[in-house]
Amino acid sequence: MTGEKVRVRMKVNRQSVELLCEPRQSLLECLRDILGLTGAKEGCNDGNCGACAVILDGRLVNSCLVLAVEAEGSEIITIEGLARGAELDPIQRAFLEQGAVQCGFCTPGLILATKALLDRTPDPTEGEIRRRLANHLCRCTGYDKVVRAVRQAAAERREVRA
Amino acid sequence: MKWFDYAAARSLPEALELLARPGARPLAGGTDLLVQMRAGERKADLLVDVKRIPELNRLECDPAGGLQLGAAVPCCRIYEHPEVRRRWPALAEVAEMIGGVPIQSRASLGGNLCNAAPSADSVPVLIVLGARCRIAGPGGVRVLPVEEFCTGPGQTVLETGELLVGFELPPPEPHSGAAYLRFTPRREMDIAVAGAAAAITLEDGAIRRARIALAAVAPTPLLVPEAGDRLAGKPPAEEHLRAAAELARAAARPITDLRGTAEFRRHLSAVLTRRALEAALARAREA
Repeated sequence: MTGEKVRVRMKVNRQSVELLCEPRQSLLECLRDILGLTGAKEGCNDGNCGACAVILDGRLVNSCLVLAVEAEGSEIITIEGLARGAELDPIQRAFLEQGAVQCGFCTPGLILATKALLDRTPDPTEGEIRRRLANHLCRCTGYDKVVRAVRQAAAERREVRA
Repeated sequence: MKWFDYAAARSLPEALELLARPGARPLAGGTDLLVQMRAGERKADLLVDVKRIPELNRLECDPAGGLQLGAAVPCCRIYEHPEVRRRWPALAEVAEMIGGVPIQSRASLGGNLCNAAPSADSVPVLIVLGARCRIAGPGGVRVLPVEEFCTGPGQTVLETGELLVGFELPPPEPHSGAAYLRFTPRREMDIAVAGAAAAITLEDGAIRRARIALAAVAPTPLLVPEAGDRLAGKPPAEEHLRAAAELARAAARPITDLRGTAEFRRHLSAVLTRRALEAALARAREA
């Protein structure tokens, strides 16, 4: 083994970054510990809870199951990249207004999962919402408020488009 | 996780050269491998990322009407592919059944097969669809049926330095259909207690050919040839479906573990086989 760190270039929240990381470091570790983006959370660290979810090249991924070196040349959106300045994304606003945030640990993952869902399916049924968010555990809300927030965000996004 | 090196191969020859190094192991979606390496269950000194190799990313219909499916194509691309959804709906469905959305963005059917879990959902589907594996290695390329790939839990026929490149699926026959059903206590994000895949081809109202394969009831995903053969030439009547399901039950060699008892899994083998046959039959009638 070479034991050498690897230089990785990627775009995080529309900004080019370059970092030096160990091949064994997950994207989650590098986002949090090197870039200081602590929105993505470490829950289970094995792909079950969804608290670490980010969007990588347009796809929702568990950043605990991606090595940072695998993200070379990729574009990543984390929860920090969703609001435009002081203006919240409609999905973030819907989560607030519906009370879909309690302890908040699952929220960054759930909001990015909602974005990934609505970007491909603008008008999901309740069944689709529950199925497509199944990789995200929330121990506070019982999910009903989350589903309401997703429906509100979907309706608002459709209105903006119309 | 212990230290390892990482290299992203850009071509098949480059990947084979890297995989010839001691302690090298291919990395596709990583949704099983990284978890296992963190737990110390699998070791590697060098991870060879195979996701940027064109052959492993292929997802296209070949001129003969079959499907060329690269080993590293993520599940989301499979179930979003209009032609796969139309012509191989059982394959699209199982790609959407494995894990949740963020898993499906990374996990591949090549990885599902190489991980060689007896409960791998996609493997029985690939088996009943007649898929063959294309394997590249230092000695050249070999092709073998998917049902011959796994040799035990976590064990496969891959020799050191070999790489699963992809799958070749034959064109669906006229009046054929396939389906996979599994039993899980939760509807999503769960691992099969047992699963059954069935494929049926009809001819003049009778069953010309059927294939049945089971998940999570043996050390490997299990093709049950005698259950499929029992249906050949028979009308698609319930008594025959039940007889085939009984043969599937008899072939199951399950264990008792935290997900279910051996007795329950034998029961599920019969029930799921019969229901998968009914679902495959409904599709064959529409095709």
